[in-house]
Amino acid sequence: MIKIKKGIPLIDQHDKHGFWGGKFGGSYIPETLRKPIDDLTIKFEKLRKDKKFLAERDYYYNNWVHKGPTPFIKLENLSNHLGGAQIYAKVVSAARGGAHKIYGAITAAMLCKKMGKRYLVTDTGAGYNGKMFSIAAKHFGLKCKVFMGHKDFLRQKPNVDAMKKNGAEVVPVYTGSQTLVDAVSEVMRYWVANHEKVHLGVGSTVSAMIFVKICGWSTAQISRELKQQIIDEFGEVPKKVKLLNCVGGGSSAYGMWSEFMDYDKRQVSFEGIEAGGPKNSKKHAAPLSNNSKIGVLHGAAQYVCQDKHGQIDKTSSVSAGLDYPGVSPLHCFLKDTGRASYVSKTDEDALKAYKLIRKLENKINPSLEPSHAFARAIEICPKLSRDTVVIINSCGDALKDKHIIKKRLGKY
Amino acid sequence: MTASLISQAFKKCIAEGRPALLTYTVAGDPTKKISLDILKVISKNVDIIESGMAFSTPIADGGDIQTSSHRAIEAGINLNETFKIINKFKKTKYPRPIILMGYWNLILQFNENKFIKMCKKSGVSGLIIVDLPHPENRSFARKCKKNNITFVQLLSPTTSYYRMKQIIKDSHNMIYYISQSNTTGGKLKVNPKDILKKYSKIQNLAKGKNCVIGFGITDKNISKFKSANGVVVGSLNSKIITNAIKKKDDPVIKLDKMIKKLKNKII
Repeated sequence: MIKIKKGIPLIDQHDKHGFWGGKFGGSYIPETLRKPIDDLTIKFEKLRKDKKFLAERDYYYNNWVHKGPTPFIKLENLSNHLGGAQIYAKVVSAARGGAHKIYGAITAAMLCKKMGKRYLVTDTGAGYNGKMFSIAAKHFGLKCKVFMGHKDFLRQKPNVDAMKKNGAEVVPVYTGSQTLVDAVSEVMRYWVANHEKVHLGVGSTVSAMIFVKICGWSTAQISRELKQQIIDEFGEVPKKVKLLNCVGGGSSAYGMWSEFMDYDKRQVSFEGIEAGGPKNSKKHAAPLSNNSKIGVLHGAAQYVCQDKHGQIDKTSSVSAGLDYPGVSPLHCFLKDTGRASYVSKTDEDALKAYKLIRKLENKINPSLEPSHAFARAIEICPKLSRDTVVIINSCGDALKDKHIIKKRLGKY
Repeated sequence: MTASLISQAFKKCIAEGRPALLTYTVAGDPTKKISLDILKVISKNVDIIESGMAFSTPIADGGDIQTSSHRAIEAGINLNETFKIINKFKKTKYPRPIILMGYWNLILQFNENKFIKMCKKSGVSGLIIVDLPHPENRSFARKCKKNNITFVQLLSPTTSYYRMKQIIKDSHNMIYYISQSNTTGGKLKVNPKDILKKYSKIQNLAKGKNCVIGFGITDKNISKFKSANGVVVGSLNSKIITNAIKKKDDPVIKLDKMIKKLKNKII
């Protein structure tokens, strides 16, 4: 049985080959990328201990992303409506740009400058990562290029418009299912050819080991804030806490959970909610809850939706940000150690949850990604005791989904 | 003793005073049957055949090979079918040594040991696994060597001198030098002279081993690489198949013509 070590950030619990639990992660990369990845690894490991670098990061995270921590609010109406658990939301969508991807984008821009490069490239699914990279690039005076599956390019138009407005070049990708998986493949190809001038920031805790670490190191800010906010609210971390988070690549979930890793899971439990896709369809993006086999995708070993020959499956989800066949090695590790559990919710569940949240709570407007987590909350909260605290990471704003929501629910 | 077939092929070319011609085509592209027909026809002018194992998410391949891979998967290719094609090819008139090339996930799902067994059974002489770099590939490479299969190590322009020495030390009888930092099929943006300069450094470190150059090689530039032990042409072949399909030409005839042309340029 593989175990989590206490007192060490999960992102650092890999072995010398970059594997968590001896089997998840690693760096399955073409030879050409070995040196750029080694260079980036050395630089990042050095800078994360550099006081000046950390001070700059903290300034941005604590002031520029949002004046102080992003809100932590009680959802009174939802709690009363469902009965049972006390429901709270960590409103990460209040961050600059509207989602947690801003943390990774700032780190990437800072690293890009430190690496002496002027071009920032990334992938995007929901368009939030691309949007945040475009914001960070503009602020730091860098050029920005974003790869995006053509299907996502069309369905997340508000974010595409935002990227372009910020001066980024958005490159639609026409291969495969034309979603996030293809965008990540294409940005890796682009980096193979242009690594000398270009800094790659991967949009989630996926890909080769170093990208998993950099992204997780960035989103962990959510958790640092949340822990303090919980203590401020309750005086201590309550006896029964459940942290619910949607999981696509898994960057926001890792970000929300990282500070609570060492708590007994009977006190603070983690539940990841994956995209179950359209109801009654076999197409889904839920490798953890559907017990997919371990495979290698985008440079890392992970549970991944694939056929029996090892071809990566085409996935489908109403939420572009969760529409990815693989998942972070960190979450594979959390699943195997039993520290976190994972379920999936369908497109329909997520839309229904969105509708209810909008009816009852006017302070949040969760995008279709966190709506999956709200769907799970709606399912379990009535059965939980009143002293249970359920916290959902509302990690993205629904503005980008207005066209989809209008089409599926009749109004936005 | 299939591994030595690769060495024999190189020896023959050295004796003839020319580089070995290696061609890459994706097994099953555009169909299983036509891909075998292609191998049968081009092999008379080819010294070593590289056969691609089509993968859905090929991160090191450019557009041409991606298209070939997707076409082959659509047409029903998988590893068992790939081995069948190779098995049949090895019984034809010019059964050149075969190197299988592809991505690790397919082998992982197939099972490493079963994969090596099938390679031996169908007559595969070598392997190139694009996303299984050194030193992570050590244990698999050792298994290959034990079974007389050449595990071809890759070197690129970004490989440091120290790393190069390590990789060469662990390499078998053939090494693959990636001409430029790019995916397959990218236009050659480096001067062939500069590529050869780096290449000769590798040759000096890898005395007695056969080193080939690939990536960006076409009929336009192949003659510049006459001094190498071998040259690999891949994306160009995929492009020819794609164009033949578009124009309703016979891809077998079109490729045969191109490979003849390539061969003539390096004699």
